Amino acid sequence: MGSGHGTELNLTLKVWRQKNTKATGSFETHQLSGISTDMSFLEMFDVLNEKLISEGKEAIAFDHDCREGICGMCSMYINGRPHGPKQGVTTCQLHMRSFKNGDTIVVEPWRSAAFPVIKDLAVDRSAFDRIIASGGYISVNTGNAQDANNILIPKTDADEAFGAAACIGCGACVAACKNSSAMLFVSAKVSQLALLPQGQVERKERVKKMVAAMDEEGFGNCTNTGACEAECPKGISLENIARMNRELMGATFK
Amino acid sequence: MSKLDSKIPEGAIDQKWTKYRSTVPLVNPANKRSLEVLVVGSGLAGASAAATLAEMGYKVKVFCFQDSPRRAHSIAAQGGVNAAKNYQNDGDSTYRLFYDTIKGGDYRAREANVHRLAEVSSNIIDQCVAQGVPLAREYGGLLSNRSFGGTQVQRTFYAAGQTGQQLLLGAYSALQRQVGSGNVTLCSRHEMLDVVTIDGVTRGIIARNLVTGEMEKHFGHAVLLCTGGYGNVFYLSTNAMGSNVTAAWKAHKKGAFFGNPCYTQIHPTCIPVSGDHQSKLTLMSESLRNDGRIWVPKKKDDNRKPTDIPEEERDYYLERRYPAFGNLVPRDVASRAAKERCDAGYGVGNSKMAVYLDFAFNTARYGRTEATKRNIQNPSHEEIMRLGKEVVKEKYGNLFDMYQQITGENPYEVPMRIYPAVHYTMGGLWVDYNLMTTVKGLYALGEANFSDHGANRLGASALMQGLADGYFVIPYTIGVYLSTEVTRMSAEKDKADSIDKLKTKHPAFDAALKEQTDLINKFLNIKGTKSVESFHKRLGLIMWNKCGMARNKQGLTEAIAEIQALRKEFWSDVRVLGSADEFNPDLEKAGRVADFIELGELMCKDALHREESCGGHFREEHQTEEGEAKRDDVNFAYVAAWEYKGVSDWELNKEELKYENIKIAQRSYK
Ligand SMILES: Cc1cc2nc3c(=O)[nH]c(=O)nc-3n(C[C@H](O)[C@H](O)[C@H](O)COP(=O)(O)OP(=O)(O)OC[C@H]3O[C@@H](n4cnc5c(N)ncnc54)[C@H](O)[C@@H]3O)c2cc1C
Ligand code: SF4
Ligand code: FES
Repeated sequence: MGSGHGTELNLTLKVWRQKNTKATGSFETHQLSGISTDMSFLEMFDVLNEKLISEGKEAIAFDHDCREGICGMCSMYINGRPHGPKQGVTTCQLHMRSFKNGDTIVVEPWRSAAFPVIKDLAVDRSAFDRIIASGGYISVNTGNAQDANNILIPKTDADEAFGAAACIGCGACVAACKNSSAMLFVSAKVSQLALLPQGQVERKERVKKMVAAMDEEGFGNCTNTGACEAECPKGISLENIARMNRELMGATFK
Repeated sequence: MSKLDSKIPEGAIDQKWTKYRSTVPLVNPANKRSLEVLVVGSGLAGASAAATLAEMGYKVKVFCFQDSPRRAHSIAAQGGVNAAKNYQNDGDSTYRLFYDTIKGGDYRAREANVHRLAEVSSNIIDQCVAQGVPLAREYGGLLSNRSFGGTQVQRTFYAAGQTGQQLLLGAYSALQRQVGSGNVTLCSRHEMLDVVTIDGVTRGIIARNLVTGEMEKHFGHAVLLCTGGYGNVFYLSTNAMGSNVTAAWKAHKKGAFFGNPCYTQIHPTCIPVSGDHQSKLTLMSESLRNDGRIWVPKKKDDNRKPTDIPEEERDYYLERRYPAFGNLVPRDVASRAAKERCDAGYGVGNSKMAVYLDFAFNTARYGRTEATKRNIQNPSHEEIMRLGKEVVKEKYGNLFDMYQQITGENPYEVPMRIYPAVHYTMGGLWVDYNLMTTVKGLYALGEANFSDHGANRLGASALMQGLADGYFVIPYTIGVYLSTEVTRMSAEKDKADSIDKLKTKHPAFDAALKEQTDLINKFLNIKGTKSVESFHKRLGLIMWNKCGMARNKQGLTEAIAEIQALRKEFWSDVRVLGSADEFNPDLEKAGRVADFIELGELMCKDALHREESCGGHFREEHQTEEGEAKRDDVNFAYVAAWEYKGVSDWELNKEELKYENIKIAQRSYK
């Protein structure tokens, strides 16, 4: 398929509408027809919003920016799954060919006490920024660096660190978790830096500070259900959580 | 006398920066703490500048319109970042990077800036690696490089197809470290709507809190615009949906000259448009041209499947026309060549507006090497292709996945279909050597300025420039101005109504705030019939058809009239719903589209006045017999810096470009 010969779908959309953080929200139902299977999920929302505006109704607010699966901004909970039915893709990379004619699609925002709804489908994920600010870095001021090739890093370590660093900070892991745990997100950053020689000096302090910040933000505990890994669009592995737990043990009991 | 002073230091090209850097005035640590710097934008340029200035002791505030600074559009850069490290021992040097960039820019960039860029390029890689950025490595643990267009050395550093993401997360972590230690105040989901000037000097900005709708005044001794490029003026581009020109445009209307607005980069390898619903275009990184060969059928309207077309019936037109650089010619050249083939009727796919990017040849080559490495005797074709695919997957896996996700086709099996798309804007706010605009105290960094890429940017140079500006240039050059602020502050110490005591209580802030609030209410009160989106689409179409890959006098003249009419219609018939005091994405977009419409007119005007072809600016009237861009160095070797005079009214200022170190020549990649 592709190359513009997509078929067309008629769909029923149940979308969460909520005026602001304090308001109570509810579902609103919309019928859409002639949705090309070549469209992305967000392009389907563009069509819906244009329709709403033409009817004099306010457009549905949702977060998105790159539409390439890399910025981590899009965040829809589709038919009970963060980023929808297809594994390994963000909402913006989900295409309508993953749906069938006549489908009913239910769309909600991420739901977590640590991610308050701003409006409709947009939530506040600034808790993630604060966790990174607590220790998700290597303390090196500009101008203090040695020649890059003086630090030798085995390819396997570099690749593994890269795998963890691929996290886009979307928060699907939190949305997927019945406890709203942020362990997958936090452990990805802890792992990346723990795997690299540059990250060794602050290794112990970092994990303690980041876990403390995570707890402070009101994310829940991890009970190893694995829902986060299953829904993560970037394939961040549960092994990172295991590594973070070891790191934390190592840092707390010497 | 020209109104433009580029402030290029005296001396030999390779000494200018070193000497200048060690003689610029310094600001002592105690004074730094009382100097406030507003950084608008958190991409590579903004995040690196903000983190570094905060490390130095300045008080910094950072603004971005996304929900987190980590989501700035730099995150989407795929292919890589250049640096003259010469790790591959293939003859690279600062001079060669300098030379390639000037030539790649078709001799329309400023020598001194480009040389400085090449000089600091190495430091960027060092800094990023120290931060823990996982750039690709070889088995021996050393950094790996790949090739990019317009060069014959391997100087591009990368992290799979996610280089921008990794570099930005590095800069973001440095920024968050400063946020954590209280040196930076973060204002996410904020949009800058205006610069506030007092007696012609920058004193702060007006920003809207996008969540609450509140209009805010922020004071700063200097303001850095790191707000990215304006490719979305074309509606369809590879830029993120929110990328916009508003900050730069408002600054332009406050006196900052706009440099070379018509220089637009059309990237040759993007996924073609699939229908009217298309909201953006997706890039397939230039790095793919290392291993992908571009071709079209030799026969017109050949409807066979690409895999059924035999080798001898394929036209590898880049290899045919440019044997020396082949598939790695610069972007402007590759894009025009694709357009030429499609216009001539050789395009492929349903729309016939696409060419093939084929990996079969190099997949097989990798497969054979792997088979040899693994000691497999007489491998079958299937075996070879299977092994080759593993290698290709390791190099470009995420790009191939993205392609399949969007098109529903498997690029490991069939060639990709690609077509050029708007990607980058070389034009931007005019800045001097210090990166200051024509408004005192107002700076522009990264893609938002015009400075380093001339008429065409080489691949992997934007990341380099953004980080050079932020980490290594502005931290020095800002001292030139801020040291004078220190002098002024101490002179005005006892003045009751000094700028520093009044800060945002100065009436200029209230006036600017009122102006922007009125503007927002104006949008909401038009209550017209057409959506903001529909105006944006129409503008994009005019720009793409008449100010896109090929331009001519008639088309540009028409475009100007059409855009003026569109502007009038917008202001009388746009429909913006909701209210001002809430999260309202449609209202945000209305402001951005209003500014794009004005910018579009200036771009056409600039393209019309530049009676030559250079780099990404191709005027059909000015081409060689072989269809290559024909420059006019006698009459157009200058930067066109436009000064805003009022609605549809601009005055042209020229900065002559002098080539003292590189001999200006006809660009050839044959
Ligand atoms: C798909 C793609 C791939 C690319 N790949 C490469 C590559 O491989 N190599 C390379 O060198 N270059 C590449 N580029 C180009 C490069 O990514 C960009 O030129 C560069 O990242 C721009 O960085 P920047 O910091 O100037 O701006 P951006 O990263 O665009 O950041 C702009 C910032 O400004 C903020 N902002 C804008 N307006 C306002 C406002 N009014 N108020 C408040 N905040 C505002 C935004 O929130 C954002 O934080 C690519 C570009 C694209 C589109
Ligand atoms: S770990 Fe995965 S799901 Fe969680 S924020 Fe990162 S990319 Fe998103
Ligand atoms: S919009 Fe950027 S990841 Fe979906």
